[in-house]
Amino acid sequence: MRLNVTVNGESKQADDVWAGESLLYVLRERLGLPGSKNACEQGECGSCTVYLDDVPVCSCLVAAGQTEGRRVRTVEGLADGDRLDPVQQSFVDNGAVQCGFCTPGLVVAAHDLLGRVPDPSDEEIREALAGNLCRCTGYEKILDAVRSAALATEGS
Amino acid sequence: MDFLRPATLDEALAVKAERPGAVPLAGGTDVMVELNFDHRRPEALLDLTGIGALAEWSITDGQVVLGAGVPYTRIIAELGDTLPGLAMAARTVGSPQIRNRGTVGGNLGAASPAGDTHPVLLAAGARIEVASVRGTRLVPAEEFYTGVKRNALDPDELITAVRLPAARGLEQFAKVGTRNAMVIAVCAFALVLHPERAGVGAAIGSAAPTPRRASEAERFLAAELPWDTPGALPDSLKRRFGELVAGATEPIDDVRGSAAYRRHALAVLARRTLTWAWNDHQERGKSCA
Repeated sequence: MRLNVTVNGESKQADDVWAGESLLYVLRERLGLPGSKNACEQGECGSCTVYLDDVPVCSCLVAAGQTEGRRVRTVEGLADGDRLDPVQQSFVDNGAVQCGFCTPGLVVAAHDLLGRVPDPSDEEIREALAGNLCRCTGYEKILDAVRSAALATEGS
Repeated sequence: MDFLRPATLDEALAVKAERPGAVPLAGGTDVMVELNFDHRRPEALLDLTGIGALAEWSITDGQVVLGAGVPYTRIIAELGDTLPGLAMAARTVGSPQIRNRGTVGGNLGAASPAGDTHPVLLAAGARIEVASVRGTRLVPAEEFYTGVKRNALDPDELITAVRLPAARGLEQFAKVGTRNAMVIAVCAFALVLHPERAGVGAAIGSAAPTPRRASEAERFLAAELPWDTPGALPDSLKRRFGELVAGATEPIDDVRGSAAYRRHALAVLARRTLTWAWNDHQERGKSCA
């Protein structure tokens, strides 16, 4: 089937999409957006997290056909040109990236949290990131990054 | 495999009648895993997310009609006061990303003995609204679960809504798992107390081939609770309730826990939720006095 979907503000089209194909596969293999990572394919790890109509979801669990006519925003769509989003900058500044595989999902999840809760408590941060696994176990630096991104966003 | 996107419920029912092998798809948190892992290759997927009516809820005459496609996140945000037990169970589902997509309709469709919302639906006396081109029928929750991952749906039927009373009673839910997030229940328990009619609903999850009510424990508690007497409950009553709940189970040993542990843990959850609900009952009594 042919799929029409808006990704990071641009209308995109993909052809020959298989009925059982995930949004993640379409993003990575058909639309050249490999930022969302393919890890567990069962919604356990969160590394494929993207916004679907402003709601964070695991793109591996969304059938591509379900996104027809809808809006998707991936980790590639967070930066403003060369200027990183404050969450991305904060991950860099705080050493919150080790192997980097979980980073795109965590960045999107943290971005969503700060959009809803500008000054989150530690409990709120932990709850918001509970669906994202870091196999390097670099959680302390990740929490640091979200805390300082909250401060940076508040100051801006 | 075909991807079918009905725009209305009538259209969806017509498709399901014609192609009973089409697998309904809503949040995808179960079905997509099976597709990703090559465990299932249905002839067609029937995407229900284009049907707006399934993602709505309403309240009529004290009954909540909860569309099968309302995601857990919205149940928590919009129905926390109206359906407190269901909202508690919804908060324990997966992760934020999963709760943004997963639905009670999907929980019912999968009918896993470990599904988080089942004990609440049973304890609250929910009825499942299922529809086909032949018409609509209401299935009491206790008749809905027919076996491990099996339910009372006919091949041409779709789950359209869940009907349950807007809470006037005291509702509690508790679940055991290895962490707070992303956990399939080792065991789970829901309790609903109705002081105005000395009624009790109690149900277990993940400790029998299907979610089930603990009927003997319900009858015991309804008869023995000192409904109109203020004060703490005697330990002996709480212990007996716990024993009867454990006695209603039929657990197995598996990767998540042993049968013995599940029995023990459910007795603990039963006593604990009873204490919480009774404390709430006492608080209500004070605020009304």
